[in-house]
Amino acid sequence: MKKPLLSIRDFHLDIGSAPIIKGISLDLHPGEIFGLVGESGSGKSLTAFSAMKLLPHAASPRGEIVFDGQNVLDLDDKQMCGLRGRQMGMVFQEPMTALNPVKTIGNQVSEGIRWHLGIDAQNADKRMRKLLGMVGLPAERFSPGRYPHELSGGQRQRVVIAMAIALKPRLLIADEPTTALDVTIQAQILTLLKDIVKKQKMALLLISHDLAVVADMADRIGIMRDGAIVETGSTARLFETMKHPYSLNLREASTHVPVRKTKPVLSAQSKVPPLLSVQNLVCEYKLQRKKLFAARPVVKAVNSVSFNIYPGQSLGLVGESGCGKSTLARALLALEPPSDGHVDFMGQPLTHARPDDLIKIRRDLQVVFQDPFGSFNPRRRARWLVGEPLGLLGKEISKAEKQDRIVDVLDAVGLSHNDLDKFPHEFSGGQRQRLAIARALVTGPKLVVADEAVSALDVSIRAQILDLLVALREKLGISYLFISHDLSVVRAITDEVMVMNAGKIVEQGPTGDVFDHPKHPYTRLLVSAAPNLQQALKRRRKKERQT
Amino acid sequence: MSLIKARLSAVKDLAGRSLHSMSFVIGGTIFALVGLMAFVSFFWTPYPVDVLDIPAKLQSPSAAHWLGTDHFGRDILSMIMVGAQNSIAVAIVAVGIGLFIGVPLGLAAAVRRGMADEFLMRFNDLVFAFPALLSAVMITAIFGPGAVNAIIAIGIFNIPVFARVARGAALSLMTREFILAARVAGKSRTRITVEHILPNIANLLIVQGTIQFSLGILAEAGLSYVGLGAQPPDPSWGRMLFDAQTMIGLAPHIALFPGMAIIISVLGLNLLGDGLRDLLDPKLQRRS
Repeated sequence: MKKPLLSIRDFHLDIGSAPIIKGISLDLHPGEIFGLVGESGSGKSLTAFSAMKLLPHAASPRGEIVFDGQNVLDLDDKQMCGLRGRQMGMVFQEPMTALNPVKTIGNQVSEGIRWHLGIDAQNADKRMRKLLGMVGLPAERFSPGRYPHELSGGQRQRVVIAMAIALKPRLLIADEPTTALDVTIQAQILTLLKDIVKKQKMALLLISHDLAVVADMADRIGIMRDGAIVETGSTARLFETMKHPYSLNLREASTHVPVRKTKPVLSAQSKVPPLLSVQNLVCEYKLQRKKLFAARPVVKAVNSVSFNIYPGQSLGLVGESGCGKSTLARALLALEPPSDGHVDFMGQPLTHARPDDLIKIRRDLQVVFQDPFGSFNPRRRARWLVGEPLGLLGKEISKAEKQDRIVDVLDAVGLSHNDLDKFPHEFSGGQRQRLAIARALVTGPKLVVADEAVSALDVSIRAQILDLLVALREKLGISYLFISHDLSVVRAITDEVMVMNAGKIVEQGPTGDVFDHPKHPYTRLLVSAAPNLQQALKRRRKKERQT
Repeated sequence: MSLIKARLSAVKDLAGRSLHSMSFVIGGTIFALVGLMAFVSFFWTPYPVDVLDIPAKLQSPSAAHWLGTDHFGRDILSMIMVGAQNSIAVAIVAVGIGLFIGVPLGLAAAVRRGMADEFLMRFNDLVFAFPALLSAVMITAIFGPGAVNAIIAIGIFNIPVFARVARGAALSLMTREFILAARVAGKSRTRITVEHILPNIANLLIVQGTIQFSLGILAEAGLSYVGLGAQPPDPSWGRMLFDAQTMIGLAPHIALFPGMAIIISVLGLNLLGDGLRDLLDPKLQRRS
């Protein structure tokens, strides 16, 4: 057997006195992709940074990280500088922060080449152009004189990859390289990484929270939890022989579909009038003036959208970032007035409603936002935060009744009355999202808009929240408008789905039909780009059988 | 019960961390001493400051007069102590004016946006363009010199500072999801401002207030120096400097001590402001 390029042996890392990584071992051979999967806080990113000896302050590593015959932990900073970039390249999660905003992309790619190889500007320039071509940004179409802000997220990530592979490193480390990107872009970037690794015979250490992505990419996988690798093996076999309860749980959670007892509510069969009805809704944004006296240019974020939500229905809205789905949600919640069109809620006009009417409407129309950190005032306690919408009921119910309602609703979302006097930061991410759901339910609404409500959560927590949402719907008969970029989530809990692209709804219908037999080209693109664990594993198995 | 306990532990945590911040400890000590000095001077000073003792003029520091005497034979330590009253009073009221007028203006601008925002902030720019000294000269020209007019002049100068800080911080908070959630909960803009925005920008305002306080002391000294602040016989640090100017060759100590009083209190307040900024920064707060 060949010698591994990177070999981590019983590696421990303490930060201060807290053990973060507790003895992990892994081998990485040239030309191989090793996937490290785990949820947030499992220590997977720190493992990667440790391999490059980019350790945080007050970190004390123990054990061995052998790269090409030398223990990285024994090398001093000067020797490491020779290795980093030259022998090891790194692709970061957030391409905007990984690039220097005041330097051109060409400059940033050629910088490393000149620094490490000491070649002149002209030759470095030539290599830089070749590299940018390799990552799909040919110099004829994408001038190397551009600045990072002039590129899209996917293009920026390509530049970061070009920088990482500029010196043909033998080891490439990619830390959540596609997490900040849309699914269609994610598919492109993953294919690019795979091609480069194959062509250049690099070893790739891929870090991700997404099992489907890792299963598609990696030859071998290690599942990390609490600073330890709980299970490892070649991809297809690992998924077949998984034994550790955490891995099993992770696999189940990744493809989790909540059990639904009620039949889906379909628009075509509905005999009652719709709960929410949207007609030709247009939302425009005015941009900055380009000339002093010219009219301000206008962007149509939502372009003539119409749909209905029926009582008890769970409607999904999928689309990539910037397609207008959040703008649409804000218009529906009467947070921003639309430029044109109508929204009717329970037969009443919601657009241009008088403040008194709006208060009545808002009792029945609530929202759950994406960010479990940002959706609560950090200086208030849970009791106050959850009870906030009760102000909508005015004096209709007494103070004691309000307190009862708060306790009941906390109970319904699986929190206890002991949590009433806690501050938001005392809850975990999943608990905070439960709190957000409790706040949305406290007035007993008929429709809840969930704007990316599970996107910021780890998979196992996400599965629990999805279960909770489904259970609440069945118990309380509420309707959902479920907005997400994640097709698998939308598929798991919606009856019908709308696909949005560039402000327009391009396809609409029962969820299964739309995703299994997409008609519009954009839907087809979206469905094919979405990572799918089952299909990835099928491909893997075939491949492993051949070798 | 648990509520009180939680509060208590939060206070303890803050107190514990405050001892780690050197600038907070040093600045706080200096400022406490200056405050104590001003407080004591209400009841007692080593010598009365309104009695002239010409034969004892321009004495060097000695056991009888720790910091020496000035050209009228008054005790400099006593004058500095009483002068501290004046400096602190002017600075407190001036910061108060800035806070109570500037913060509501800034918040209103952030909440209303549009034309109201434009108008308020441009007006602020206009006020900001006049140095405190210039507005003091104008006010004095109309109402005559005096400590109250100095306070008004410095207070007006503080308004745009607080308005800008409040507006900037509020704008970045307005996009946060908890503000949207409060709007969905049917709260009016005023209530959202009071319940959500104000508590979250309080940190910034406290820090800014400390820094404006030190600038207030400095501005008061400047105004008294040119004769626009407190009028004789009330002692003030700025005028003590002015009086000492002609005699600096003869008796340098009468310029040195009031000058040091100004420098030390401004330095102390700046250190306190820095320390508070570190302490109140949520990014540095320990997760419990």
